[in-house]
Amino acid sequence: MTDTIFALATAPGRAAVAVVRVSGPGTRVAMERLGAGSLRPRRATPRTLHDATGGLIDRALALWFPAPDSYTGEDCGELHVHGGSAVVDAVSGALSDLGARLAAPGEFTRRAFENGKLDLGQAEAVADLIDAESVAQARQAAAQLSGALGERYKTWRQALVRILGQLEAAVDFPDEEIPTAVETRASGPLTRLIGDLDAALIDGRRGRRVRDGYRVAIIGAPNAGKSSLLNLLLCRDAAIVTDTPGTTRDVIEAPLDVGGYHVLLADMAGLRDTRDAVEAEGVRRARAWAASADLRLWVIDRASLDDSWREARALVVSGDLAIVNKADLPPSASGRAAAAAARALGLETATVSLTSWKAAAVWERLSARVLADLAGGDFPATTRVRHARHLASARAHLDRALAMLNAPELAAEDVRLAGRELAMVTGEIGVEDVLGEVFASFCIGK
Amino acid sequence: MDHGLGNEAMTTSWDVIVIGGGHAGCEAAAAAARFGAATLLLTHKLETLGEMSCNPAIGGLGKGHLVREIDALDGLMGRAADAAGIQFRMLNASRGPAVRGPRAQIDRALYRAAMRRALTAQAGLEIRAEAVEDLIVEDRAVVGVLGAGGAAYRAGAVVLTTGTFLRGVIHRGEERTPAGRAGDAPALRLSERLYALGLDLGRLKTGTPARLDGRTIGWEGLAMQSGDTPPVPFSFLSGPITTPQVRCGITTTTPATHAIIAARLSESAVYGGRIAGRGPRYCPSIEDKVVRFADRDSHQIFLEPEGLDDPTVYPNGISTSLSAATQEAFLRTVPGLEAVKVLRYGYAIEYDYVDPRALNANLEVKRLPGLYLAGQINGTTGYEEAGAQGLMAGLNAARAAGGRPPAVLGRDEAYIGVMIDDLVTRGVTEPYRMFTSRAEYRLRLRADNADQRLTSRGAALGCVGPERDAAWRGKSAVLARVRAAAAGLSLTPGEARKAGFRITPDGQPRSLAALLAHREIGLDDLARAWPEISDWPNFAREQIEIDAAYHGYLERQDADVALYRREEDLRLPADLDYAALGGLSNEVREKLTAVSPRTLGQAARIEGVTPGAITALLAHVRRRAA
Repeated sequence: MTDTIFALATAPGRAAVAVVRVSGPGTRVAMERLGAGSLRPRRATPRTLHDATGGLIDRALALWFPAPDSYTGEDCGELHVHGGSAVVDAVSGALSDLGARLAAPGEFTRRAFENGKLDLGQAEAVADLIDAESVAQARQAAAQLSGALGERYKTWRQALVRILGQLEAAVDFPDEEIPTAVETRASGPLTRLIGDLDAALIDGRRGRRVRDGYRVAIIGAPNAGKSSLLNLLLCRDAAIVTDTPGTTRDVIEAPLDVGGYHVLLADMAGLRDTRDAVEAEGVRRARAWAASADLRLWVIDRASLDDSWREARALVVSGDLAIVNKADLPPSASGRAAAAAARALGLETATVSLTSWKAAAVWERLSARVLADLAGGDFPATTRVRHARHLASARAHLDRALAMLNAPELAAEDVRLAGRELAMVTGEIGVEDVLGEVFASFCIGK
Repeated sequence: MDHGLGNEAMTTSWDVIVIGGGHAGCEAAAAAARFGAATLLLTHKLETLGEMSCNPAIGGLGKGHLVREIDALDGLMGRAADAAGIQFRMLNASRGPAVRGPRAQIDRALYRAAMRRALTAQAGLEIRAEAVEDLIVEDRAVVGVLGAGGAAYRAGAVVLTTGTFLRGVIHRGEERTPAGRAGDAPALRLSERLYALGLDLGRLKTGTPARLDGRTIGWEGLAMQSGDTPPVPFSFLSGPITTPQVRCGITTTTPATHAIIAARLSESAVYGGRIAGRGPRYCPSIEDKVVRFADRDSHQIFLEPEGLDDPTVYPNGISTSLSAATQEAFLRTVPGLEAVKVLRYGYAIEYDYVDPRALNANLEVKRLPGLYLAGQINGTTGYEEAGAQGLMAGLNAARAAGGRPPAVLGRDEAYIGVMIDDLVTRGVTEPYRMFTSRAEYRLRLRADNADQRLTSRGAALGCVGPERDAAWRGKSAVLARVRAAAAGLSLTPGEARKAGFRITPDGQPRSLAALLAHREIGLDDLARAWPEISDWPNFAREQIEIDAAYHGYLERQDADVALYRREEDLRLPADLDYAALGGLSNEVREKLTAVSPRTLGQAARIEGVTPGAITALLAHVRRRAA
């Protein structure tokens, strides 16, 4: 465990003070670079924070807890900044630039735990929690969920065991009288199980979205700020941003984690008629991608001087989001018309300035939509994301197994992995997997 | 000291003493001697060194993997089997390389001879035909053995490989006969010594079929099975097999057979309730088959010759504990056996075994340092399982005698590691036999790469002799060269088409591995594009093809292996006081105390130990270390 992590330790949203906590071997250097260097241990000291380019972030209180006398047992730092997403985002961005990464939920506690910083009572509480999460989980699942779902899990396990039995029998006992080929004996049960898992993932579309990623297309006129939005959401320069319209000539896909779900974000060529053959191809691909996406973020240039926004309007449907960009510029007639069109379509809209990092509204709306679309009611509230992901990846493994039945040792490999995914939901589990899962799902000891 | 040693002049001193000349004992003695330990092998009879007391075959799925691993560690079994094999078959030859298992029918006399030759030729090993009366225990450690002749043999470590001698009872019909050597007092004293240790013992049973006179079998009309041509040897050192090869017959039981068995079930020791021990699920007696699969009206029987100059035939598939008269009767209902003469009737044997959770991963008895157990006494079955444990026990005894740390193979390194970890961590509930499905990293633990996995490791541990070491170095250099050459080969789609391969013309060059991923393209085909491939030796070509076939799967498994390694690297102190540890249920505490796991990973593999308990354990270990 050698990397350095950070996280917002206070509740997100508007508050007077927000605390960003940093832990790991790179803490001291990162704090120094931010402007919070030469601190006396465990003493709150006022410091002026700035980012890598020297830009002012905030006037903050900084604390330094050298290892091992800290919460996690590693070098730790705390930055008490003024509340508000913009400042927190700026601190986070600066820390990321310095090589730290956003902590996974529960990761601070886990580090504390692994470094022996929790007393026995706490360790036991953690142990209880983990056992409740794993060993007794099948039972809990049956009680907490509708009993029917618990039953279904049990059926799936049995089906998996049976399928594996078929494959292993063929592998380990070639000289015995195994009646017919594995292919025919295992393919029926496999296909049925895959169908069952699909059904459990509510409907095929949600299953696909959870499995392969929820596809979000960023669309809009050239130079409306699509690439800026992508960069902002990803906190890095994935797309090239320039002032020249038509810079993005292909579909740029980037993975994003939203509330535990895998989201595929695509930035694409600005939608306009063009004579440039290459750009035209880009526009064609952009349209196709956008049309098949699960959600479209329509970026509207509030200061636009032309009507190129109409191209994008043709692609959006009810339920998509409109981002009215360039709040820092005076609106143009065309920009106002576009925003009105978005409202007329019933789209939720947010007016922001994407170049100033003040885009928390976009993130909030995006994650609310993703969670609403993916987290189905069939899973218990605390674990639904987890369950859906495990079921989805179990299904993917079974798919592969089905395709590889002519090589039973490889099919068995995937069936075993599918079993492991199901076990995450129903019980028997590898230790490290459980630790990781549990600490990611619960903020233990925080 | 527990014993007066009698005449001091009769005391000799050894690094390692091995008791028992079965498959575990032979490998143990040879491994200890290869390590350089002054080794003494004590066995009842020199004539029965390497005796195959049950079926005349070695290898199979999982078992063949073990033989290759024994061989890679320079053990004897593979070479002896190659010298004595009279029908070689690569099981699952049509399936993937990870699940191919070499197997051979063995001429029992040739095998004994080969084993004895190998042992006799082993420097540093002395073999004596002498029963062992007792262990010499001083300061709660085993420091030698007392021979039946009154001599005291002192040793740095003792390996006990006495098979089923603990309270063995043979059942045939209503007959019950104490197994082994009736009235053999020394064996009795030795077993009393083990009982007195208070180790947990369990009871197992296994069975064997009648032995038939092949000259009275009606072979004409039976299906015959031949071996592979050419035979593929077990040993990485063996040249071509020159022993004459034979065929096995295949016949089946009939409804008449089943009717006789069903009518006389009460004779069977198991169904008559006279056997308490658990028999193996994978090797049911014919009585079990008739009862449990009542819908089937025939079961296959392989008629396996026991040797080239031996008329004895082993009818594989019909082990039984029914009475001699009933065996006689049902055998005659089997096609080809209508007039068969029985040389020896089948029987079931019941015996005590030591719960292997009493052992450390180096096979040393936790409560009696200096004593190592290997083979059937640990609850396993099979020559290969016994041999593999014997090798590790002998090596570890020698290392301990020489003051070296234990040699333990991981579950990610070898089937041997899987087996021993299963034994010492989870114990057994039926005779333990190796299956490939027990190995979670099965795709990498292959029979074909046992030497790549283990020979250098064995050399470092001290059980690989110079001949094998040199052979492996040579092979390994060639492999490395061919792999490097293969990694440098690629074709553009255009070049591929010119060479006759149908590839999507997308401008992307294809590596050799990517080309091999196409089902219809093999290395022979690729030799059209790269003639140098024809110069690669066969073993290297095979590895290139396997590397390509399993590439994606192996890569994914690497993450699992890394996780396994992390948990194995978290050592638990041997003196960890689980009673004083909070956060554990009594049940878990008892289990941990019983097994006394040495790594966090091992603790997690103990049945019934919860992830929460592991967390508490982790917290304690971290705190202790801090």
